[in-house]
Amino acid sequence: MTALAQMYQAAILEHARRTRHRGVLDPADARQEGVNPSCGDELLLTLRLRDDTVTEVRYEGKGCAISQASASLMAEAIEGHRREEIEALIGHVKAMIHGEGLHPDLGELAVLEGVRRLPARVKCAALAWTTLEAALKARDAGGAPDAGSGGVG
Amino acid sequence: MTDHDVDRLRRDFPILGRRVNDRPLVYLDSAASAQAPGQVLEAVDRYRRRHHANVHRGAHTLSAEATEMYEAARARVARFLRAGDPRGVVFTRNATEALNLVAHAYGRHRLREGDEIVVTVAEHHANLVPWHLLAAERGVTVRGVPLGGDARVDHDALVAAIGERTRIVATFHVSNVLGNLQPLRALADAAHAVGALFVVDGAQAAPHVPIDVAALGADAYAFSGHKVGGPTGIGALWMRPELLETLPPFLGGGEMIRRVEVDRSSYADIPMRFEAGTPAIAEAVGLAAALDYLDAIGMEAIWDHDRALARHALARLAELDGVTTYGPLGDDRGGIVTFNVDGVHPHDVASFLDAEGIAIRAGHHCAQPLMRALGVDATARASFWLYTREADVDAFVDAVDRSRAFFAPLRAAP
Repeated sequence: MTALAQMYQAAILEHARRTRHRGVLDPADARQEGVNPSCGDELLLTLRLRDDTVTEVRYEGKGCAISQASASLMAEAIEGHRREEIEALIGHVKAMIHGEGLHPDLGELAVLEGVRRLPARVKCAALAWTTLEAALKARDAGGAPDAGSGGVG
Repeated sequence: MTDHDVDRLRRDFPILGRRVNDRPLVYLDSAASAQAPGQVLEAVDRYRRRHHANVHRGAHTLSAEATEMYEAARARVARFLRAGDPRGVVFTRNATEALNLVAHAYGRHRLREGDEIVVTVAEHHANLVPWHLLAAERGVTVRGVPLGGDARVDHDALVAAIGERTRIVATFHVSNVLGNLQPLRALADAAHAVGALFVVDGAQAAPHVPIDVAALGADAYAFSGHKVGGPTGIGALWMRPELLETLPPFLGGGEMIRRVEVDRSSYADIPMRFEAGTPAIAEAVGLAAALDYLDAIGMEAIWDHDRALARHALARLAELDGVTTYGPLGDDRGGIVTFNVDGVHPHDVASFLDAEGIAIRAGHHCAQPLMRALGVDATARASFWLYTREADVDAFVDAVDRSRAFFAPLRAAP
């Protein structure tokens, strides 16, 4: 299988179309926009939290199959999980897409591994995760949901 | 140009012999940056090996040689633009810096609150953002003219938008997305009728069409070296010398001064007034070699070649279901073909093509307002130049065709 076919295997294409976590939570405990200014990929991520657990995740965005699949996979992977688990997972995903190894906790997220061989697309796979990181950080800083000014570009 | 001519020219471009992802490179991204012929690489190398020193300073032989070569490059640019007087040519880093220079040296000093700058929705960000910065500082309004029904800028609306308060009209010569050559003379006349400056972003025209700045009615014309087969880091602004002469400096430093006291300075004549610091000398020499190369082929021949390739590509893409192309189909269409595969993001299409050694661009092409006007977030773009063969266009269309099957799961109705 070529690097390309590996990257775009069925799971990615399916997740790119998946609607399960699409939408916007309102009200939300965290709301964060993410943008890849160089290519125009956009993501709006909203989260609900109870205590230290992310109870609900919704995203809305436009972009390539890789950025959309990454957001869908992320939503499924973090919903119902505690902050510290999620933060560890963010680290594992980053390591994976930068070619630094595959952690066993990644589970289905391992389908994103192929992106490390398409250097131009690493930022597409990373968008959901950097946006998640910013959402959690903004919540820690202010408590109040971000008004949607978190994007760049 | 015949296939034979193109094959002969291709031998001048060493990079075209490369393989990418185990396939022969098909380079269809010249609108982003063109490849340089060996003649340019050798001119830069020869300058660096034999003649390099700083220009306009020092009394030694190398400095004199470097100065002569640098000023010859300036005259070469003037000749390429049919500009006559080389004093109207200012070397910049690229077209972007050239447009910023106009916004600063002209805009900041000549525009007042309530004045207007007229642009089109199809401008590259390089011909929008400098005006936005100026607008914020000077209380000036930037007015954008929409596309008309024929996928070209609506010229009647453009002429109508030019009014009493218009001080600058700034537009493209060839669109980096729609691919069309914009007729400029009527716009220049409308701008001049109200005393406005007519600024042309020639970044996509300089590689493809013969340019005559006086015939176009341009007051200022900007282009980049790396899009005409020259090096990166060099570009040029041409401005009517009698106008350029009246403008204050843009950047301050060495080389642009007449006399400097500790608390004030007076400034050099044009064009040196606008070239603070040591310029990109080797790059200017390389640019001159690129223009020699283009003029030896003939810009008319290049334009005809680009148009024939665009016609061929657009006709073949039209046969593919689920492929949308953008821009007009007329005789004004140069070698830029912008398209989307329905239901598939252009980045995914570009990655598919890259896996087959075919380089195209995907994204918003630094033209976000135009993307909105076209009703899309992003597009894919193949661009052709003098070294592009019809066989390259065919390889590209065949790969786009195959991408439809590859991404079929994305394109299926949910």
